[in-house]
Amino acid sequence: MKLDHSQPLEYSSEQGRLNILGFWIFIGAEIMLFGTLFASYFTLEGRHGSGPSGAEIFELSPVLIETILLLTSSFTVGLAVHAMRLKNKKAMMTFFIITLVLGAGFLSMEIYEFNHYIHEGAGITVSAFTSALLTTIGTHGLHVTLGLFWGLFILIQVAKRGFTPETANKSFIFSLYWHFLDVVWIFIFSFIYLKGMM
Amino acid sequence: MEFFERFAIPHPSPIIYASMVAIGITLLAIVAGLTFFKKWGYLWREWLTTVDHKRIGIMYLISALLMLFRGGVDALMMRAQLATPDAQLLDSQHYNEIFTTHGVVMIIFMAMAFIIALMNFVVPLQIGARDVAFPRLNALSFWLYFMGAMLFNLSFVIGGSPSSGWTSYFPLAGNEFSPSVGTNYYMIAIQIAGIGTLITGINFIVTILKMRAPGMKLMKMPMFTWSALITNLIITFAFPVLTVALAMGTMDRLFGTQFFTTGNGGMDMLWANLFWVWGHPEVYILVLPAFGVYSEIISTFARRNLYGYKSMVASMVIISVLSFVVWVHHFFTMGQGAMVNSIFSITTMAIAVPTGIKIFNWLFTLYKGSIRFTVPMMYSLGFLPIFTIGGVTGVMLGMSAADYQYHNTMFLVAHFHLVIIPGVVFAMLAGLTYWWPKMFGFMLNERIGKWAFWFISIGTCVAFFPMFISGLDGQARRMYTYSESTGFGFWNMLSFAGAVMLAIGFIIIVYNIYYSTRYASRDIGSDPWDARSLEWATSTPVPEYNFAEVPQVNSSEAFWDSKYNGHKLFSGKLKEIHMPNNSGVPFIMSSLFFVLGFSFIFSIWIGVAIALLGIVACLVHRSFEQDHGYHIPVEEIEKTESELRGGK
Repeated sequence: MKLDHSQPLEYSSEQGRLNILGFWIFIGAEIMLFGTLFASYFTLEGRHGSGPSGAEIFELSPVLIETILLLTSSFTVGLAVHAMRLKNKKAMMTFFIITLVLGAGFLSMEIYEFNHYIHEGAGITVSAFTSALLTTIGTHGLHVTLGLFWGLFILIQVAKRGFTPETANKSFIFSLYWHFLDVVWIFIFSFIYLKGMM
Repeated sequence: MEFFERFAIPHPSPIIYASMVAIGITLLAIVAGLTFFKKWGYLWREWLTTVDHKRIGIMYLISALLMLFRGGVDALMMRAQLATPDAQLLDSQHYNEIFTTHGVVMIIFMAMAFIIALMNFVVPLQIGARDVAFPRLNALSFWLYFMGAMLFNLSFVIGGSPSSGWTSYFPLAGNEFSPSVGTNYYMIAIQIAGIGTLITGINFIVTILKMRAPGMKLMKMPMFTWSALITNLIITFAFPVLTVALAMGTMDRLFGTQFFTTGNGGMDMLWANLFWVWGHPEVYILVLPAFGVYSEIISTFARRNLYGYKSMVASMVIISVLSFVVWVHHFFTMGQGAMVNSIFSITTMAIAVPTGIKIFNWLFTLYKGSIRFTVPMMYSLGFLPIFTIGGVTGVMLGMSAADYQYHNTMFLVAHFHLVIIPGVVFAMLAGLTYWWPKMFGFMLNERIGKWAFWFISIGTCVAFFPMFISGLDGQARRMYTYSESTGFGFWNMLSFAGAVMLAIGFIIIVYNIYYSTRYASRDIGSDPWDARSLEWATSTPVPEYNFAEVPQVNSSEAFWDSKYNGHKLFSGKLKEIHMPNNSGVPFIMSSLFFVLGFSFIFSIWIGVAIALLGIVACLVHRSFEQDHGYHIPVEEIEKTESELRGGK
């Protein structure tokens, strides 16, 4: 395999460069996916039927904790990539583990939150508003869940194989994905929760 | 037995039972044939596990042709039913199912597959690449599409077909008015095929942006590759909208959510909007590659370079942007108000400008060219006038005030068939004939091909021109019958005659394939059309590595320049070639998607769980797998090359 050593490890192979560009384009498609979900949510936001409205069910504290957890995890995955560039395997793996733990924390808070909505009588079948709300947030949550497993597999590979062009490439792409989920969450936090509570 | 009752056809007829038997016998015959000729291993090694873009292209092609005949039979049944007033050939339910499956099969499973077939085969060759950027994902794309198509076609004999139109508007498509599983088939089969298409989109964008031969700047790409790039950009940005819409529709039907319902705040118009936000770009996903095919063929057979290269590219870019801002014109009559309708009227009519530029560019390419009337060229020349008629009536429909007269009449049906058939079907038949020698090593018979062309082009006009008149007279689309006093009888009989001509045309094409396979000369060289772009610079049949040496490119017609202007494509220095390994995982994973889809459709949750576990297992396997492909050494390339050039 031809390697370009003037580039960071994740960019060093031809396939690695293709993978990264391909993933950026995939993120473009994901933006359309979440864009469609947001557009649908804004359309259905005020259509509560006989169910509750956002202001009646949203609670600030769990959402704030989720936000802090996810934003921090985005920072730590950045530190992990930085450590990878410095070829520090131990630091990279530590930051990677912290990222996944924070992600798992986020997810458990979200499960608690969904449970709370269902107890408040805001299950997914109650009204157009609850359907759109839980589908939009749920799609993000599903992405985080997939990311947790994916990140775990990459972590195992880094532990077993060290930094190779492939493992570095996978770790870097994972960090792109994780940052993207963070950006989506910022939109969810601002335009679903904060807007809904006002 | 209660478990099996759900698989029964809700509205059976002798024809459906007969086709059940026919499908069963065909399946048995395939299995028996493969076993008898000991071809299972061959099928698995050479086709089911292949990651070669050429073979994947050919599999797309075969599937598209099969779907063309499935959709064509639907069309014939509809035209036969409408040929005379008060006909009893089909009842209303069957007619509804048939126009629904005709639309879905033709758009999603025929036209999409056909354009992706040509893109797969041609684009890597045109840019001088070894394969696409992600060969294994390419195989996954194909198998997901294939499983989606099979799932959809199964609806006919298991559980009942969807019957709420290819647009599947809610609340009609909701559980209340469509209680059978038919619409579940629609939602889930298209979802699975759509994921495959989205993957194709990403794959080809990366391939075209990153894997072009040295010297091929963006503005030196052949026009078909340009059209493929723009098309795949539209795919990547339009298909996620469909993904979300279908997911919401599925949830409404299976889990009782309230997105498109009429109570509890649901909004049925949200479906219409989301569907067409995808659906209108989809029209251009289909027609832009067709424009690319015509650009290649017209310049080849006029023996002139393409007129207005830059304006061709610019008009495609403009079309791709406009395609996302016109969707409301599909439902002007559904209550947006005058202001919104006016805005979308203007954007709609604006699309005629870049399209017109393209038409004039083709005409100027033909002007003073030395034209050869081959079959691909005849389709291209037939396309220009018929497509223009279809396009101009589109501008008529685009005027929102006038649309209140045309909406949901046969006038609309005539319009979109007269853009899609010359725009897409002619282009695909032209492209098929044009690239056939590169794919299979022999040419299709020209004389038989011209017979097919005349039947198909005249048949198209005879079938669809009368609908303009009956539509303006008030014949609504999707009505399964009409009374004699309406006076529609004559026009519909004429349409039926045209449909029969079209059918004869397609049968002639099948005969042509059979005839040419048996009798056509295999000694055609690598460039039988005296063509202009790189795909003709490699030998026929194309070796698995495409080009022994990556070509050096100086213009959008590098091969033409190498033949006539002294450009040197190859230096003669060979290097070893890196190739991807075959893999069975895409096929296995897509089969699991088939099981997943089927289980969802019938709410068999245990099947859903098992299939999901299997899919996750495939993903885990892929994550941990280390596959560096293999290398073809220089000696082997030299050996293959000298064999291919066989004593020349």
